[in-house]
Amino acid sequence: MLETSKANGQDFTGSVRLIHAVGMHARPAVKLTKLAKKFKAHISIRAGDAVDWINAKSVAKVMALRAARDSIIEIKATGEDAEAAVAALVDLVAADFPDGG
Amino acid sequence: MRADMARLAYRGRTASIGFAHGPFVRVDAPPDGEHASGTPEDEKRALRAALESAGRQIAFLANAAGGEAAQILEFQVALLDDEDFLDPAFAAIAAGAPADAAWSSVLDEQIADYNAASDEYLQARSSDLADLRDRVLRILRGGATEAPKIPNGAVVCAEDLPPSRFLEIDWSGGGGVALLRGSPTSHVALLARSRGIPMVVQLGAVAEQAHAALLDGERATLELDPNAEQVDVFERRREAHRKSRAAAHAILRRPAASWGGEKIRLLINIQRVDDLAHADAQYADGIGLMRTEFLLGEQAGLPDEETQYLAYDTVLRWAGKRPVTIRTFDAGGDKPVPGFTEDGEANPFLGMRGLRLCLARPDIFAVQLRALARVATQGNLKVMFPMVTTPDEFEAAREAFVDVVGKLQAEGTAAALPELGIMVEVPAAAMTIERFEASFFSVGSNDLAQYVTACDRTNGALSKLLDPLQPAVLELIGRTVEHGRRAGIGVSLCGEMAGDPRCIPALLSCGLRELSVNPSALAQVKQTIDRLSREGARD
Repeated sequence: MLETSKANGQDFTGSVRLIHAVGMHARPAVKLTKLAKKFKAHISIRAGDAVDWINAKSVAKVMALRAARDSIIEIKATGEDAEAAVAALVDLVAADFPDGG
Repeated sequence: MRADMARLAYRGRTASIGFAHGPFVRVDAPPDGEHASGTPEDEKRALRAALESAGRQIAFLANAAGGEAAQILEFQVALLDDEDFLDPAFAAIAAGAPADAAWSSVLDEQIADYNAASDEYLQARSSDLADLRDRVLRILRGGATEAPKIPNGAVVCAEDLPPSRFLEIDWSGGGGVALLRGSPTSHVALLARSRGIPMVVQLGAVAEQAHAALLDGERATLELDPNAEQVDVFERRREAHRKSRAAAHAILRRPAASWGGEKIRLLINIQRVDDLAHADAQYADGIGLMRTEFLLGEQAGLPDEETQYLAYDTVLRWAGKRPVTIRTFDAGGDKPVPGFTEDGEANPFLGMRGLRLCLARPDIFAVQLRALARVATQGNLKVMFPMVTTPDEFEAAREAFVDVVGKLQAEGTAAALPELGIMVEVPAAAMTIERFEASFFSVGSNDLAQYVTACDRTNGALSKLLDPLQPAVLELIGRTVEHGRRAGIGVSLCGEMAGDPRCIPALLSCGLRELSVNPSALAQVKQTIDRLSREGARD
């Protein structure tokens, strides 16, 4: 369950199923925000049925998503490296937040 | 009269097994002192300074503790670096609140939110937030920044104990932790387990004062001011526990596992340098696989030569004369690295990964080879390449390595070419193994099974088909071992099956005499081989 697509002229979006056993917890959230911060693009994510997008570079906000196991994480990015950012974050979640990768 | 009274005994939940008998110390101390407030500008500056100094303290603790502790504290470090998280505190200050009040109200709100969660893991994270709140408050209020002195071997009792407070206590003389609340899934419980410090949580209300305590991590009990009989029962239970631990260690301390009269070498796989801190690692015959991908995820950008050199050097020093096999970057596949791996591959497992990617990015590869060539002069180093398909690729990698060694020596830097080998994980390599002029082979059974059975190993629905005991997988392992035996080339196996007691008989029957497993599996694997060996001798 992963896909990346170009939603309009600038936005890139992707979605991926969260397979992490305990959902979006401290370690996954730290890994996700650390990776997001490597990109210049403005990156937002949301999970499950939530309507609001939150800043993917904020560990507190990502934890507050309370994304449970098997929920779908949507990722949206704008900016010069937006496409790579979405792909990298989708990969990170799809690969279950591997160590050192 | 007191001697006849029913003793104070409490039962909680086990968070870390072990036994502690020592002085009882309560450590609940809310941050005291006053914060003298000033103008909003002063308050903003005060909070900024306090956040920075908290960041430095946490970084210091993380550095000193290393390993798991450092990973745990990473969450607090990330929060200190999260503007969205800090903004409301600065907004409250702008609206006239003093720095300490602004900070506590923002943190208290978050803590209440975490505590209200239905999920125990999330509740447990609230103690990380409370830890951060109190540390910053202590700094703002100028209270004691030093942890209160805890006597050696004490049973430390608190409502909850944040990870950073745990790390500030000297546990070298033993001791234990008794928490009124707390959780077995909290970070501090993880730390206690990794250090063998007993911990019991969720004890409810406990007497404020007592002289001595018995903490039994197995039965999850705390007894205060025990009588002679209680101490006697406790000491007997402690002794029984010590004996069973000693039995596991006795297995590890035996000089070598053997099977059918042949020595079996047991090595360990490590993901990062800190894995060497595992209590059982010291009993390994060497390091069969040191992964290097952790270097790619540490900071923004790819690791420079010096960073890599230090990591490899640390591991070689630890190993002394024992062999250390370092695997070059195995990025790609399920391990994407921004700025290194290819984006948008339809089938990343069948794409640019392992050695293929390194050969396509000679700039990045050369930096790693330089660090390895320099460290090769220090110890018993072997280097292997992942995802090799044809002998040409192996020869290209060897050429790149020889080139790097030549350049370093021309610069006047000590460098050497280590023994070079390949991971056997692509079926094409296993089927033509005799064509590779390598010094050693290491079977990567996880990927080999994935490619032989055409099953994505991240797809749980295929786990039955992916069984490493499939005859096709064993056939290729056997072929590699057989060739190694005839040609006098060492063959080891470093995949998960090496640590799986169910697979070990098949691997030994294939002729494998060298297995590399995670440090935590070492004792069980050794015990399994000993058992098989005894059964074999009886037959």
